[in-house]
Formats: sequence, C-alpha cells, structure tokens
Amino acid sequence: MIGLSHYLTVAAVLFTIGIFGIFLNRKNVIIIMMSIELMLLAVNINLVAFSTTLQDLAGQVFALLVLTVAAGEAAIGLAILVTYYRNRGSIAVEDINMMKG
Amino acid sequence: MSIVHNLGLAAIFPEIALALLAMLLLMEGVFSKRVTPAAIRWGAIAAIVAVGLMVVWKSGTGLSTAFAGAFIVDPFARFMKVLALAGSAITLAMSGKYLARTKMDSNEYPVLVLLATLGMMLMISAGDLISLYLGLELQSLALYVVAAINRDSVKASEAGLKYFVLGSLSSGMLLYGASLVYGVTGHTGFATIADAIAGQPTSLALVFGIVFIMAGLAFKVSAVPFHMWTPDVYEGAPTPVTAFFASAPKLAAIALFTRVMVGPFAHATQAWQQIAIFISFASMALGAFAAIGQTNIKRLLAYSSIANMGFALVGLAAGTVEGVQGMLVYMLIYLVTTLGTFACILAMRRKGIYVEQISDLAGLSRRDKGLAFVLAMMMFSLAGIPPLAGFFGKLFVFMAAVKAGLYALAILGVLASVIGAYYYLRVIKVMYFDEPAEAFDGADMELAIVAYASCAFVIGFIVVAQPLVGWATGAAQSLF
Repeated sequence: MIGLSHYLTVAAVLFTIGIFGIFLNRKNVIIIMMSIELMLLAVNINLVAFSTTLQDLAGQVFALLVLTVAAGEAAIGLAILVTYYRNRGSIAVEDINMMKG
Repeated sequence: MSIVHNLGLAAIFPEIALALLAMLLLMEGVFSKRVTPAAIRWGAIAAIVAVGLMVVWKSGTGLSTAFAGAFIVDPFARFMKVLALAGSAITLAMSGKYLARTKMDSNEYPVLVLLATLGMMLMISAGDLISLYLGLELQSLALYVVAAINRDSVKASEAGLKYFVLGSLSSGMLLYGASLVYGVTGHTGFATIADAIAGQPTSLALVFGIVFIMAGLAFKVSAVPFHMWTPDVYEGAPTPVTAFFASAPKLAAIALFTRVMVGPFAHATQAWQQIAIFISFASMALGAFAAIGQTNIKRLLAYSSIANMGFALVGLAAGTVEGVQGMLVYMLIYLVTTLGTFACILAMRRKGIYVEQISDLAGLSRRDKGLAFVLAMMMFSLAGIPPLAGFFGKLFVFMAAVKAGLYALAILGVLASVIGAYYYLRVIKVMYFDEPAEAFDGADMELAIVAYASCAFVIGFIVVAQPLVGWATGAAQSLF
C-alpha cells in the first residue's frame, strides 16, 4: 500500500535533485530553470499528498496557486535570460561573472 | 453589500485601489500616444501617496481582517505599510532625472514599482501561508524585472539573472517549508497554525518546516548565509533601482519575517530563536568585514545593508515586545538614512556621467560643502555615533537583546558595529582629507530635498523620538 510517507519521500528526493541541479550544474542556465521548476513541483506533490491525507482542500488550492505563479516565474526568468544572452552572447553558467568581490 | 462585508473588503481597499491604479497607469502608458514616462512616474507617485493616506485615515485604528483572516490590518501593518509606501514614493521621485539622462526612462518602470509595492503591502498584511506566498511572489517577480530594467547593460541583465535564480531558489525553499507546516498542523492560516502548535511538543517535521521558511525569508532580507545576491544586484542595477531595493522591499521582508516568527510560530520559539540569533550575528559580522575592501560605493552599501539587517534581526531574535519595537524604530531610521545616502550617491554626476567609486568623492568637502556634510552625517549615523539617529536605533535593539538575556549577541553586535564604523569613517576621511577630484555637476532639486530632509531627521531624531517610539510601541504590541 502506498501511503503518505512514500509521497513525501518522492517529493523530498525531487526537491533535493532540484537544489543540487542549481548548485552543481556548471553548463547552462536553462538547466537551472528546469531545476527550479522541479523544486516547485516537488512542493506540489507534498501539498497534494498532505491535502488528501488531511481531507482538507486548502492544500490543493495552494498547489493550484503555486502552479500559476510558477508559470509566471518561468516566463519572467526566460525573458531576463533572453536580454542577458543578447548582451553577453552566451548563457553558460561560468560566464556569469562580470561582478565579483 | 453583504459580500463586501463578509469578505472584509473594507480592510483590503487600499490594496485594491493600488492594483487598479497600477493597471490604469499601464493602460495609459500603452494606449495613450501623448503620455510621457515622467507623467506616468508622477501618476505613480500620486497613486502611492493616495494609498498611503488611505492606509493612515481610512483603515481604522484597531484590528481588521479580510478573507477570513488571510489578510490582517493591525497597527503593525499600518506602521510598516506607511514606511514601505514612503520608501517607494521617494525613490520613484529620485529616479526621474537619472533615468531620463541615461535614456532608460520607460513607462513600465513606475508601473513595475507600483506592482512591487502592492506585493509588499500584501506581504506586510499576510495572515495565511497562501497570502504570504502570493504577496512575496508579486513583489519578487516585479523586482526581478526592475533589476534588469536596463536591457542594454551586461551588468544589469546579469544582476537580474542572478537575482532571479537565487530568488526562485529561496521561494522554493520557503514553499517547501510552508508545505511541511501545512502537513504537520493541517492549517494554512497563521492563527490556526499557532493554535495547532500550542501546548504540543515541537515535532521534527515542524522544525524542518520552520527552518525552510526562515531560509526563504532570510534571502528576502538578504541576511547571511543567503546574502550572495545583494552586492551583485546592488552594483549591477541602475542606482535609482538600487535605492529602491535598499529601502521598501527590505522593510516589507523584515515585517513579514517578524509576523511569521511571532505569529504562527509563537509557541515554537525555541525552534527558531537559535537560528535567528545565528543569522543576525553572521549578518552583522559579514557586513562589517566584507565591506572594508570595497571601492564601489553601491557595493559598500550592499554590505552595509546586510549588516543593518543583522542589527534589525537582533530585535527579532529577542522575541519580545521591546525587541520588535526596537526593530521597528531601527527600520524607520534605516529607511531614512538609506534614502539620504542614495540621494547623495545619485548626485555624484561629473560632466553628465554618473560615477560610483568611493575615490570620486575625494575632497568633496572643498567642492560641495552641503553634499559632503549630508553624506558625512549619514555615515556617522550608520556607524552609530551619538547623538545621531543611528545610535538610538542600535541602542533600542541591543537593550531589548540584553533584557531578553541575549548578552553574547548584544556584545558581539556592539563589536561588529565598531568594526563597521571603520569603513563608514573611511568615506568621511576620503571626503574631508583627500586631494580634491574634479567637481560634480550640481544636485537636482528632488535629490537635494531628500538629502537635506533626511539629514535634518538624522540630526534632530532626539526631538521627534518620543512620538515615533510611541507609534512603534503600539505597532509592536499589536503583534503579541
């Protein structure tokens, strides 16, 4: 029988993969964006799993709002990435180093 | 009218008005052929002032809520909203000439600032994990764009990109924490979460939830160890945008931080107090040491703001009414000092080009006595020299920490403040004792007004302290 703890474990694993994807990835900013989405979706699994277990709708409402905001966030992120690419000619993570110190 | 009454829409009326005005200005900018960016900007300032007056006079004096407690208006919210609105309006007014001269003036900028301000008001009034998240994201999404508003600059778009990536990471952590808190308590409303936690032993999952939420909020106030974005964004973004970032969003974020910690988690103090003490101390220490080697004044102020958030968090770490009251006074003084300092930085213009190195200030006292005096007062205040305002801000938070028994934190804070004084005094030394560099063009009228007004406040704080501290006390008491 698949219970709450299984869902929470999957969510925790996805969330961790998302965080590591941001910090270990040295290649491409697009991968960072995918990692961010992964983190938000892991949270949604958590919310929906809790919502079903608790028999409480608030968690699913929260999940829907998170999905909506995530879409807006991705759109803004890609827009900023496009302006960055036009100025720098590259979206490699190691090239994001104009300012330091 | 019953639906208006049931949802409590009267409480949220200022926010609704601000949202509508922002959309109206956006439409005006898009469809009207004759409208200029300056007109939109002054329209936005008028909108903020109007909403500020509504917050002061139309939202009552006690506690009122909307949407079944998801939106709270209490004296604390009013205090912070007035400060945040003032920060937004003044930085907008200061931004005009800079944006026009650097050919960055656009209809979108004031609208984005309005939307970010709306997000801040929602954050300050959040009474539910969902409204907390939505307010935070409305503010953050607008700020990501504002950071990269100078589309043709590599530095500005890099600042926007860094801010976006780290900001989304912190939102994700905050959300994960929120989902755990929801799972443990079964509620998303702050009041019901507090009831669910009361009297129970704090479970490990709840501690994890609180820690993740704190990590997300610490990012928004740029506290160590989530401060990495601050220096880069401050340096890369255009100076008026940096002034905005340093003022209103910080107030909103620290208000949210306080509300979440002393509201829903009031009965789990032992779970968060240690972390609050750590991030407060780490911010003060890093802000003091890392600023020493800086040559860019915006970068210097970034580290200064990290240290300032550390001092403000001392009040929160105390977790008492006095602590929150001290924090509110500290944030009020921080806001005024920041606005005054950035007014001076925006006046650093030589032959039409804006400069931002500390060495550009060399010998300023012999070229422009007024500007040098104002900046010197701001630096003395930030360093915490009595009898200027900054000294009293620190006094209030450290007294609260001592009363709450946090002696070590208070002593370390004073030491960090002494180390921090070094780099503030260095700016004064450069202005008063170095060989003069070439003269600046004269300061614009708005900048001069803001600079002299904040200088007068910083010097005359003792005179106006009584009513301001009383106001902050009322605001702090409403949280407990």
